[in-house]
Amino acid sequence: MRSLTVRIVVKVHLKMFAILRQRSGVSQTDLELPEGATVATAMAEVGRRFSPIVPLLSRTLGAVNRDYADAGTRLKDGDELALIPPVSGG
Amino acid sequence: MPEKQADIIVIQDRIIDVTGAIASVSSCEGGAVATFLGTTRVETSGDKRSLLALDYEAYAEMAEEQMRKLADQARHRWPILRLALVHRIGRVEIGQPSVLVAVCTPHRAEAFEACRFLIDELKKSAAIWKKEVWDDGSSDWVGHRGE
Repeated sequence: MRSLTVRIVVKVHLKMFAILRQRSGVSQTDLELPEGATVATAMAEVGRRFSPIVPLLSRTLGAVNRDYADAGTRLKDGDELALIPPVSGG
Repeated sequence: MPEKQADIIVIQDRIIDVTGAIASVSSCEGGAVATFLGTTRVETSGDKRSLLALDYEAYAEMAEEQMRKLADQARHRWPILRLALVHRIGRVEIGQPSVLVAVCTPHRAEAFEACRFLIDELKKSAAIWKKEVWDDGSSDWVGHRGE
């Protein structure tokens, strides 16, 4: 009897703003990640899907559910992950 | 006990009503209203392009939460009676205001200090971005000119 492999995924809602939105051509989309994924894991995956933004990611911060989050923050199913390039309000 | 007035905290795409905002924070218990207005200034790029306008974009849900938290921090530090924090999004032409901070306190020193704290912190962290729109049809996100 073969064992059944179940891939557990965390589905997050991704939002991108300003130069990241413009370069990727996407303002929001869903992102499926492996269980245990962090903000850093998610950013690497976003870089693979949208290569024009890769040079910008080192200066990009993550926000989870509308709060800035460290790169090591674990993502939960249903989280809203926003990628925040350097801000320039005012 | 004076009634505590709700803070005015808003991100909007319409023109900021400066007179209206100042009138709404002016309180009979406070003797001081300090106001800061950030406006689009005339600018020339290194390669001689002239600025036409700034296009603002916000992650409005996050930025409004951040602005509410900043207002709470300011209220813990200074005796603020009324407060308005208004940021515009969309196109802001030369000379027009993009941001307004207005604070009413009993005396001027705390009004100036709170007003400065609020604009400085908003600029540092709020999820808001601006793009420079130039007269030759080009544009640059601020902080990424020429990228």
